[in-house]
Amino acid sequence: MQPKLILLTEDIIERILDEAYQLLLKPGVKVNNDEARELLASAGAQVDAETNVVHIPEQIVRKALESVPREFYLYDYDGNPVVKYGGDAVHFDPGSSGIAMLNPETLEHDTTESQHLLKLIKVAEQLPQYDAQSTAVVCHDVPQQIQDSYRLYLALLYSKKPIVTGAFTNKTVAEMIDMLAILAGGHDAAREKPRAIFDVCPAPPLIWSNFASGNLIALARAGIPAEIVSVPLAGAAAPVTLLGAVTQHTAECLAGITIHQLAKAGSPIVWGGAACIFDMKKGATPMGAVETAMLDCSYAQVAKSLNMPTHTYLGATDSKLVDAQAGLESGITAMIGALSGINMISGSGMLDFLSCHSAEKLVIDAEGIAMAKRMIAGVQLHTETLATGFYDDNINFKGGDFLKQRITMQLFRKEQHLPSNVIDRDSMRNWKEAGSLDTFARAKVIVDKLLASYSKPTLDEAKEKALHAFMLVLAQQAGMDALPALENVDKETSTHVNM
Amino acid sequence: MSEELYKQMAQSIIEGEKEIAIELAQKSIELNMHPLDTITKGFVVGVNYIGDQFGLGEAFLPELVMAGEAMKAAVAVLEPELLKLGEAREVMGRVVLATVEGDIHEIGKTLVGTMLSASGFEVTDLGVDQPAEKIIGKAIEIDAQLIGMSALLTTTMIRQREVIEELDKEGLRPRIKVMVGGAPITKDWAEKIKADGTSEDAVGAVQLAKRLLGKE
Repeated sequence: MQPKLILLTEDIIERILDEAYQLLLKPGVKVNNDEARELLASAGAQVDAETNVVHIPEQIVRKALESVPREFYLYDYDGNPVVKYGGDAVHFDPGSSGIAMLNPETLEHDTTESQHLLKLIKVAEQLPQYDAQSTAVVCHDVPQQIQDSYRLYLALLYSKKPIVTGAFTNKTVAEMIDMLAILAGGHDAAREKPRAIFDVCPAPPLIWSNFASGNLIALARAGIPAEIVSVPLAGAAAPVTLLGAVTQHTAECLAGITIHQLAKAGSPIVWGGAACIFDMKKGATPMGAVETAMLDCSYAQVAKSLNMPTHTYLGATDSKLVDAQAGLESGITAMIGALSGINMISGSGMLDFLSCHSAEKLVIDAEGIAMAKRMIAGVQLHTETLATGFYDDNINFKGGDFLKQRITMQLFRKEQHLPSNVIDRDSMRNWKEAGSLDTFARAKVIVDKLLASYSKPTLDEAKEKALHAFMLVLAQQAGMDALPALENVDKETSTHVNM
Repeated sequence: MSEELYKQMAQSIIEGEKEIAIELAQKSIELNMHPLDTITKGFVVGVNYIGDQFGLGEAFLPELVMAGEAMKAAVAVLEPELLKLGEAREVMGRVVLATVEGDIHEIGKTLVGTMLSASGFEVTDLGVDQPAEKIIGKAIEIDAQLIGMSALLTTTMIRQREVIEELDKEGLRPRIKVMVGGAPITKDWAEKIKADGTSEDAVGAVQLAKRLLGKE
């Protein structure tokens, strides 16, 4: 039995949906995209041409909900289904779109470049707790026009895992879909076994921007999965009550799904978000607040009542360092996310309101995730009798009796998560002899080991070349002569740039 | 009598009671109290108090915003009376606020606008996603002394630089001062793009605006 955290009664979920449908009619949703408004209008929604506000009747939304796939998978490079969107499957990926990275030596938040993204990809690639990669940070060493496509390019080149990504413009979303098609062997193949999912963000309250709507439509038509990241800020850009904010979140998701399914019925889309309370002292958006996690757990319950696949942002912290606050906020919220049965939980590795990444934190968070995953694996029945079978004639009432049993050897790995060295369970003396390292210092050691043990995946040579050539053209159009030189491991890769 | 009324006025702002603030402003007119006194001895005392409390961590954003809204409402009642007297409340300065092009985040900017208005600035808030020419055009139109620009995204913060460069090109600085803000904005960034200053929060933005316009 997978343990579940339940915050809402069925009655309340009914009321949330009912009021969300009311919001879609009044005040309606501001849709700043011509095509999206046309789609909604031709389905029967009433459009105010002056304000771009669309009043969407419930039956249009219900129809859209009928055509949404209840589950789908993301695949790794080799074509294996790795991430299941749907049901109560739980996966984690590193947070996305950071702009800085914690320098483990200076503790400064360095502006991110290609090398930082590469480091995060290499670390996440080897941590089994992360079922997917993310395009974790923005690379400031390439021009703005290609910052989104270039991140995906690096992830495709240096990882075999599925990828959670996103486009910054309507032009680049098409280019990024082309990149996926190059590696998949065509657009049909990219659709049949999607490697990546694209985050698309409505703007609170109740706004689908030109760019976000355009992205929804492009992704729907390409059949590449879209993930709605609705971000109600309870108390500022959404009602202050958790239930009010969840209701707005519901309305924003329903509107997005409707636009998406009207563009192409049956395309995969996920009910997701980065819901968050608004800090009334600092005007900040705390990702580590327990209410933030409660919002996410609640909207996931609403999604599940509609049989929708789910996503959220948890497992991050607002602390600037990888310290005690980082540990407790990331661990507690990751646990809440897992107990909520959310399909994809993004945010690990991140500090400072999702703006800063840390490879060391990824390593530590992996342990929190492992604990959360162990938790939802539940208390299992492994043996015919619960206990009596363990007491045979050899029992002599000594402490080590059970260590001598074969069944202990057979089952301890199933019953216990075996943590990495980032978790200290050493004796005081050994801990001191090992240098009296704290969590962060131990994580640094592990990051160094992972970077040393990393090897770049072998991709199909022709496809890799084609991907390279494609990216190079985009870079040249953006005014670059060549792509940034990546570190020495990639001599082979860099030569492609000069081809 | 008026002392008691001043206290009530300050209290109405502190409690964010817009309706009461309006009533008290109207009452002061009926009582022939001087509108400038009403503002400075009554309502402003409340705004200053709540600003100080916010700085001390004792008041929170909803209280700050509600106080600002109540202040605006009270001043709106009193301004026509000032005009009748041929006087005006000293305007601290005229400010154009906007979130730069490509960016639709406005919570921070709106907070700054509320606090500037409450502190006696004349604020024109253009809203979000505003291109350089609109921001500059409006500043020229209303003869603004200060432009405040917000950006939440690293991809849009470069727009702040464009506005400043355009202002320089047109020779509008230092006549028009520029302050920049937003989550990714640092002092280094503000210096790099030659802005006149930046602040971490709305209360600090008011102090910065006063300093830039020599109204400290």
